[in-house]
Amino acid sequence: MSRSSSFLAAMAIALALPVAAQAPFPGIGRAATPAEIAAWDIDVRPDFKGLPKGSGSVAKGEVLWEAKCTACHGTFGESNEVFAPLVGGTTKADIEAGRVKTLVTGDVSRTTFMKVATISTLWDYINRAMPWNAPKSLSTDEVYSVLAYLLNLAEIVPADFVLSNETIAGVQKRMPNRNGMQREHGLWDVKGKPDVRNVACMKDCPVSASVASVLPEHAKGAHGNLKEQNRPVGPARGIDTSDGKAAPAAVAAVSPSLALAQSKGCMACHAVDKRVVGPGYQEIAAKYKGEAGAESKLAAKVKAGGVGTWGQIPMPPHPALSDADAGALVRWIVSGAP
Amino acid sequence: MPSQRPLPGRIQPAPEGFLDARQIEAVRKGRRGFLKRAFAAAGGAMAGAAAAQGAFKGESEILELPEHSRGLGQPVAARAYGLPSQFEKGLQRRESPGLTRVSAASVSFAPLQGMFGIITPSGLHFERHHQGWWDIDPARHRLMVMGMVKEARVYTMDDLMRLPSISRMHFIECGANTGMEWGNVAVPTVQYSHGMISCCEYTGVRLSTLLDHCGYDRKNGKFVLAEGADGSSMTRTIPMDRALDDVMVAYAMNGEMLRPENGYPLRLVVPGVQGVSWVKYLRRIEVGDEEWATKDEAVHYIDLMPDGRHRQYTSIQECKSVVTSPSGGQTLLDKGYYNVTGLAWSGRGKVKRVDVSFDGGRNWRTARLEGPVLSKCLTRFNIDWTWDGRPAVIQSRAIDDTGYVQPKINQLRAVRGTRSIYHNNAIQSWKVSETGEVGNVQVF
Repeated sequence: MSRSSSFLAAMAIALALPVAAQAPFPGIGRAATPAEIAAWDIDVRPDFKGLPKGSGSVAKGEVLWEAKCTACHGTFGESNEVFAPLVGGTTKADIEAGRVKTLVTGDVSRTTFMKVATISTLWDYINRAMPWNAPKSLSTDEVYSVLAYLLNLAEIVPADFVLSNETIAGVQKRMPNRNGMQREHGLWDVKGKPDVRNVACMKDCPVSASVASVLPEHAKGAHGNLKEQNRPVGPARGIDTSDGKAAPAAVAAVSPSLALAQSKGCMACHAVDKRVVGPGYQEIAAKYKGEAGAESKLAAKVKAGGVGTWGQIPMPPHPALSDADAGALVRWIVSGAP
Repeated sequence: MPSQRPLPGRIQPAPEGFLDARQIEAVRKGRRGFLKRAFAAAGGAMAGAAAAQGAFKGESEILELPEHSRGLGQPVAARAYGLPSQFEKGLQRRESPGLTRVSAASVSFAPLQGMFGIITPSGLHFERHHQGWWDIDPARHRLMVMGMVKEARVYTMDDLMRLPSISRMHFIECGANTGMEWGNVAVPTVQYSHGMISCCEYTGVRLSTLLDHCGYDRKNGKFVLAEGADGSSMTRTIPMDRALDDVMVAYAMNGEMLRPENGYPLRLVVPGVQGVSWVKYLRRIEVGDEEWATKDEAVHYIDLMPDGRHRQYTSIQECKSVVTSPSGGQTLLDKGYYNVTGLAWSGRGKVKRVDVSFDGGRNWRTARLEGPVLSKCLTRFNIDWTWDGRPAVIQSRAIDDTGYVQPKINQLRAVRGTRSIYHNNAIQSWKVSETGEVGNVQVF
């Protein structure tokens, strides 16, 4: 058989196979199973496509909230300690109008409920990413419950409300900023029309006479010593903004204990030498110095969580932490976190 | 050297031949008052100094051979994965103090003030994490393409790395880059004002290859959702025409696999679009017929306008530029010649031209563009400047191939107010004072 006729024969066989057109890359990838799709297909859209059946009451949500959410968001969703406040800044009139009025008038800090137009966004986000240090650990009904509690805090639903896949569409009609979004702008499409127009004037161009804004004096050193953030050679040097203070010591190698604390997420809320959200480790060491049984007591507190010793921001429980790791961390902390 | 009166703050490079060890140490410690006295005593001129202290024989750097010229250096592979010089410690990614409360939901900025060309070294790429970063075992990572497709499919990294690969250079800029400066000047240096931008060569597979492979619904599939595998499971909506254009599923960056902080082993690359859409640790692509209004397109990354409404799905990073040297927080060495340099980019295409002004925008000159000039990629520009010692305000203004001219901050504010946070692509001004110190200012 000539070369061209064998090619034609091969083509004929290929065309006869039904899969040829659909799978240009044989051996690459495989079909996803229904169970796999169900495990990952967690998104919920504004039209509630993807929303699982379930329900949760404001009362159940409050219990969950106290246990899992207050550390970062405060008892009433008002906390600005870790993240921006969730609740506040909306009125009954806003719920009627679907527009948050203080967004027009004020230069106020914006809460989540002042911004969000779609309740599906909150359900989807709580379900996929909350609590912050244990995402995807809430059951479907728990997500409904926590969201019901938040909606009650925002005075969108009454205290005896039960949020469910059936009642959620009604709540959407009461979202305070539901009419507050706009899509008529040129920044969605790569060929969109710009909203601001400048011209490339080259000579004697009109400019205002004065400098409109300069860096405030107090902010000059707020980013550390700029001298150390520049190269020791080249056309310029960094300005010395150390203000006469000695340069901080070079970053020491991370100790195994600190590495453990980092890997377990402790350092998200704690630091060794200062307060962040929770107390500094040296502060804790000083408090418990010489106290008999301090180590086992603290190890239990780390696992169970607690509030009151260092203020009103609770520490969330850490049930997944092993006893060995909790013990090692506490021994390191009470020895001053060296 | 012409006669001159040294001003406080300006750096006088001292010929070390006429300073003794103690005096050199004093200079190194930054006691510039000493320099002023030394130069005053020496008549402010090298000739005078030489006359006063005996003939200048030359610098010790040349006259006394250093150890590295007289000994044996380090062996190969002493550092199996290479590191920058010990003298480059200043150039690091840094957090802006007070911007965020917790470092696992924060941002670190790239040190643009000390970078060259257009490629960001992988270790200096800016970071933005919403719920901390992970180093994921690539053998256990999966990508699923599902939704409005003929057949939902699962791909391993092996599968993805066998598919036809492409390599493209693109910038990635956070939508909130320069966001702290909408109202007024807030940060001292270009690292903090513009450092949420990086530019790399990415290697991976076209998203369209995967969408075709799964048989996406060409009639009703109008959008795709991209989702990450980390705790935040970041999600963003991308219109189908963008997804089919130049979007990539990338596993490599600058010739090596992605860094964990940048999404190892798989991330989405969405050229021209803000960084939040470049989903890291990419695990899932869903084809759908409506937008998703996810948290990062319904609570964050929405731009507050003067009428109290928020713009939703703002994505494209419009044409922008910034002079990186000299820039805020630096002091010029002295009067004389400088190669003023900076970066320009556009999310809508190529940079066509960059103009630079040294008098606060009254008069402009066109800068040299360094090649390659690529679409949706950083472009380096350079321009000659001889500083005469008088105050100056340096600005750059980029124009892209759609003809769009980078706006002034007052023009942006006239349309968008001051509360937007996102998409501030205004012309940046750096004021050079007569001491040589460069400060962040707003001039328009």
